[in-house]
Amino acid sequence: MDKVINDFSIIVGTKNGSGSSTANNTILRAIFKMGIPVSGKNLFPSNIQGLPTWYTIRASKDGFLGRREEQEIVVAINPDSFTRDLASVAPGGAFYYADDIKQPVTRTDVAIYPMPIKQLVRSDTSIPSDFRDLVGNMVYVGVLSYMIGIDFETIRAALEFHFKGKQKPIDMNLKMVRAGAEWAQANLEKKDPFYLEHMDKTDGLIMADGNTAAAIGSIFGGAQFVAWYPITPASSLAEAMIDYFPMLRKREDGKYTYAVVQAEDELAAIGMTVGAGWSGLRAMTSTSGPGLSLMTEFAGLAYYAEVPIVVWDVQRIGPSTGLPTRTSQADLTFVTTIGHGDSETIIMLPGNINECFDFGWQSFDLAERLQTPVFVLSDLDMGMNQWMSKPFEYPDKPMDRGKVLWEKDLEELKGNWGRYLDKDGDGIPYRTIPGNKHPLSSYFTRGTGHDEQARYTEDNAVFQRNMERLKKKFVTAKEYLPKSVLHMTEGATIGIIGYGSTESAINEARVQLEARHGMKTSFLRVRAVPFTQDVDEFVRTHDQIYVVEMNRDGQLHKLLSLAYPEAAMRLNSVAFGDGMPASARWVREGILERANGAIGIQESVAPVMETSNNGSKGAN
Amino acid sequence: MSQLPMAGAPANLNLAGLAKNDYRGNPTTLCQGCGHNSISNQIISAMYELNVLPEDVLKFSGIGCSSKSPTYFMNRSFGFNSLHGRMPSIATGGLFGDHKLKGVAVSGDGDTASIGMGQFKHIMRRNVDMVYIIENNGVYGLTKGQFSATAESGLQLKKQGTNPYMPIDLCMEAVISNATFVARSFAGNPKQVKELIKAAFAHDGLAVLDIISPCVTFNNNEDAHYSYAWGKEHEAPLHDITYVPPRKEIMLDTELKDGEVREVAMHDGSVIVLKNLEKHHNPTDRFEALRVLEEAQRNNWLLTGLIYISTDKPTLADTYQLVDTPLNRLTEVDLRPAPAMIDKINALMF
Repeated sequence: MDKVINDFSIIVGTKNGSGSSTANNTILRAIFKMGIPVSGKNLFPSNIQGLPTWYTIRASKDGFLGRREEQEIVVAINPDSFTRDLASVAPGGAFYYADDIKQPVTRTDVAIYPMPIKQLVRSDTSIPSDFRDLVGNMVYVGVLSYMIGIDFETIRAALEFHFKGKQKPIDMNLKMVRAGAEWAQANLEKKDPFYLEHMDKTDGLIMADGNTAAAIGSIFGGAQFVAWYPITPASSLAEAMIDYFPMLRKREDGKYTYAVVQAEDELAAIGMTVGAGWSGLRAMTSTSGPGLSLMTEFAGLAYYAEVPIVVWDVQRIGPSTGLPTRTSQADLTFVTTIGHGDSETIIMLPGNINECFDFGWQSFDLAERLQTPVFVLSDLDMGMNQWMSKPFEYPDKPMDRGKVLWEKDLEELKGNWGRYLDKDGDGIPYRTIPGNKHPLSSYFTRGTGHDEQARYTEDNAVFQRNMERLKKKFVTAKEYLPKSVLHMTEGATIGIIGYGSTESAINEARVQLEARHGMKTSFLRVRAVPFTQDVDEFVRTHDQIYVVEMNRDGQLHKLLSLAYPEAAMRLNSVAFGDGMPASARWVREGILERANGAIGIQESVAPVMETSNNGSKGAN
Repeated sequence: MSQLPMAGAPANLNLAGLAKNDYRGNPTTLCQGCGHNSISNQIISAMYELNVLPEDVLKFSGIGCSSKSPTYFMNRSFGFNSLHGRMPSIATGGLFGDHKLKGVAVSGDGDTASIGMGQFKHIMRRNVDMVYIIENNGVYGLTKGQFSATAESGLQLKKQGTNPYMPIDLCMEAVISNATFVARSFAGNPKQVKELIKAAFAHDGLAVLDIISPCVTFNNNEDAHYSYAWGKEHEAPLHDITYVPPRKEIMLDTELKDGEVREVAMHDGSVIVLKNLEKHHNPTDRFEALRVLEEAQRNNWLLTGLIYISTDKPTLADTYQLVDTPLNRLTEVDLRPAPAMIDKINALMF
């Protein structure tokens, strides 16, 4: 049997709240430390304790980090999901299970490995009884470490990181890892081909989640005011700010240059943010779809009153209960015109952990430059899961505080200014900030109904003039927005457009499309709405374009069709939203399905059983 | 006798070097005789007499007749007319910009006691350094005459019929929610209004000032039981709501004495009963504050005066221990971590 090295997926089925996340993160980090490209995704229910939860780990020597739909190694710890977990092992794969689960093991096409987890934990009398379930998870880490070859030293490094160097829990957990490994060595015979071996492909890289990256990036952007209300999957963004602010903005006098307020709801969270932005602070809030719905009226007011704020939307599946802990890209059209009446929105679309960091600071520059709300749309998969990433880079530009007039500026202008006056012809007016002591600094802020001097008026012509200026401001905005990321293939006439966390799945699908179907594609990852010049160019220069996104209705596809009506017939929607992170398989199959209709490409290779990923059958 | 004041004459300037005109706003667009206008005038007088620099005040409001009024005072102060019921959140964030500034906010009973109830309660919890005036008339004026949540049960309005619900007592809500300053007054008692505004402004923290401010136009009760024989001749025009007859503001002829109970006729002929707090009332005693409010409720009195005050609670800005320099004057040097910190951060990631 040929070995399959560094190219397979593991899924662990446990119960929510059983403490398995330490074990799963340990496996993920240990593999990363071995130099093997790896990704981990927590597929969890909306529940604190008891419901089934899964953690997927993908090792990929080629560096593909998207979700795979097949898993070669399945670890079953939860009796409630045992049958389903057993059925999910790819043929030729391996099935590890806790041997206290007394259910029939009916598969003969996979290697079966029972693990005496409870027995091993109980036999170690040094472990307090209330810790048994927690550290029991380390038994499967130990068994796997022996069976697939996870380096014990990298497991130690992962645990030292996890427990921040606290020796007692590190030792207790390592002891169980060792017990699992020793038991496996003495009792199990390897019958599957999946192995890990050291590589050097993660040298110099870090692991982080998008919410933490966004939080730290925002602090490097000079964030001063954060108002938030807890909501999955956005809570950890504001919580990370609370964690990192003290270290990054520590002062000798012990006083603070920032404030984080947990608001009573999202209505108040954005209200405080708008208030703080209006009074000259770099102000932000973070939320997800339901919270965004509550923020809508204030977002609209901030557009009309021209108040700079930053709103992070970590997207998830829709309203109320059901799938709030599953990922999605379905807020895009909602945010595009959030607010009532005429409105437009600046949207930034980070596609990886580094961009979560970069857009953290850049979003403030953009908001203050344009004096308007900037929405940054991340998603649960990017926000809450650990991704390997290049190290964060220090901002390469000084802060852009935009057009602000202080006392001396007003003195020079002899008070000759108007809050909503388009002095520079770019649609962006000058603003003053509360606390300015110049007697001519103040103005009264309201939504509609103000003239160039911010005086109250209901004059229709004045209103319309102001609305036209706002429109001009959004044309100016295009100069400041982040450009798209282009993956161009020589000679490709087929284009793919996507955004956000789907990049890895799309790039993997592109490799498959070319290898298996001879389909060459170029790929543009949009990073901002309104669309930048390079999107115009890409749409114009490709014969057929597939717009890939994680929602039902093809929201980005709709926006592109509106922006480029002349290209609408060449824009094909590949939209899919079931709450799971994008996989190369659905990207590939979605494109092929539409291509068959559009340009007659056939599957040149009959679809084989999507099983092992050893190269001969193609990666998923 | 005919002594004409000279513009800028020293005698007219306060200690801030400003004339009363420096505290004025635009001409009001509210109805003639509206109690809100009287309150705006008392804000102007109070700020002038307190020698406040207008640039040190931020004005906030929500939506409604009362919320329009910040345009009618202190043009030299920054102001934000925000969203219905959400003035408290705008003010909370806005005042973080410069913690040396003080908020003066105007809301109404519709704005505060309905959609705004949550934010009203939470701004009290946070003790934001701000005067929170509620111009309370028990009715929605700007949408032409619906009941508000502070309207008394059994009140009759032309289009709405009889109010079936119990009213919300905003002062009681305030005391219960740990507000640090709670007072009530009546727009027709300008001297008390002004003195309470001054006290509220001088208070460090959130000061709730519930001011009964009769609506001249829509609180047009015609229930004979509560009615003085006021205006058969005025009744007819009121059916046509596009015509608003000019009215005089309701004013008390004389100041209320300590402990005095006095009936005051509203424009529609109904009567409210004001009861001034007893001289011996101890406003620092929260238990006593709740007792007098409960007593007033049982007697159908609108209790006026300083009901409760606590001076030992930190303001929101105190709680956050902000740097001395206003946050909105900090620059990149203060706000962006040093380049060396990026390596530290990367080292903290796995």
